[in-house]
Amino acid sequence: MTYEDKHQEDDNQIDAYRRKLLGGSAVLAGAATLGPGVFFTSIARAKPADEPVSSKVRWGFLIDTNKCKDNCDKCVTACEKENAWGTGSADEQHSRPDQKAQWIRKVTLRDKTTGHKTNLPLMCQHCAYPPCVDVCPTGASFKRADGIVLVDKHICIGCRYCMMACPYKARSFVHEDLEHQRSFSPRGKGTVESCNLCVHRVDNGRIPACAEACPDKAILFGNLNDPNSEIAQRMATEPSTEIRGDLMLDLGVRYQGI
Amino acid sequence: MKAQNHNKMRQWVGRLTVVTLFATALFSLAAVAGVPVPDIPKAIHSIEGTQCVEKPSFMIRNHMKILFHQRKETVHEGIRTKKHSLKNCFTCHVVKGADGQPVTFKNPKHFCRVCHDYAAVQIDCFQCHTSVPGNDKPLGKMEDEL
Repeated sequence: MTYEDKHQEDDNQIDAYRRKLLGGSAVLAGAATLGPGVFFTSIARAKPADEPVSSKVRWGFLIDTNKCKDNCDKCVTACEKENAWGTGSADEQHSRPDQKAQWIRKVTLRDKTTGHKTNLPLMCQHCAYPPCVDVCPTGASFKRADGIVLVDKHICIGCRYCMMACPYKARSFVHEDLEHQRSFSPRGKGTVESCNLCVHRVDNGRIPACAEACPDKAILFGNLNDPNSEIAQRMATEPSTEIRGDLMLDLGVRYQGI
Repeated sequence: MKAQNHNKMRQWVGRLTVVTLFATALFSLAAVAGVPVPDIPKAIHSIEGTQCVEKPSFMIRNHMKILFHQRKETVHEGIRTKKHSLKNCFTCHVVKGADGQPVTFKNPKHFCRVCHDYAAVQIDCFQCHTSVPGNDKPLGKMEDEL
């Protein structure tokens, strides 16, 4: 047995032990913090750090445009701060505004007849059948088992084919050298990026920055596959639509009031 | 006449080659006398005990394999164990500059650069990843508001 094999075996043993211990303590912690009949349905259940994500879970958003206020961009600034792009970063100084990264944007729709305005945040819709993944020539654009669509920047060659393929204009290309990235949100020149549903937060049992920052609770985050989750229950009982539902992409983000 | 000239030229080229070879040998000898060994910065031992995550001899040869393995697991499977993470590397192997702040990869004194400059092996990690600890809090106070 080589040193590496031995090391691997040791690690596996430790991991098995840790998983058991963590599983036990997670149950205890859950019992301690949640009273009877009280559910933290909007908050993701933390998985042990050494466990891979599973397709039993599918993360998504339900966005109520009736609650989304005009002239409020707290979700956008929260994302900028969290992932260090736009106003959250001082690195992109030379790009034109239309070249700069835009992970999430506020869109205002105006009914020409009535003049009624509808506001909504638009980000990567985390399709179940993502066109960006279909067209990626290197496999950098991929969908995680839990439905989060990501770019593996280690493999991305910056061809921007995915940007062309995305019907939601959700992806951006980084044109400049960056220096002040977050440790949990690496981004760099020559690669494509988009909303990553704050994977670093979700993997640690927290909700994405935009959902957390929304003062009007217009963005609800949750597990679409869990029938008991608040998001699944609301989707089952209230009307909601997909943007460009005609494309049959089975989106992870649904909207109300449009 | 032409042939004679050609022969002379060949002679000269031969002599020049010998001289060049000799000079190169001399220079190499001089280099051996004062090989610039990389001055590897010591790690701070505040993270996990007093020893690196693996034996130093193992890390010297295999750190890239470990990082490669970890990167695949983290990006594609969401496995976020800290032990073999890049962040853990530069948190423990932090080098502080004259101003007391950790130096970034731009500085030749950065832990990773000391060896990589010496071995002339270019790494692209820090084109996307931050190279200093402490960049994991958003600029605002969002974390505190939680």
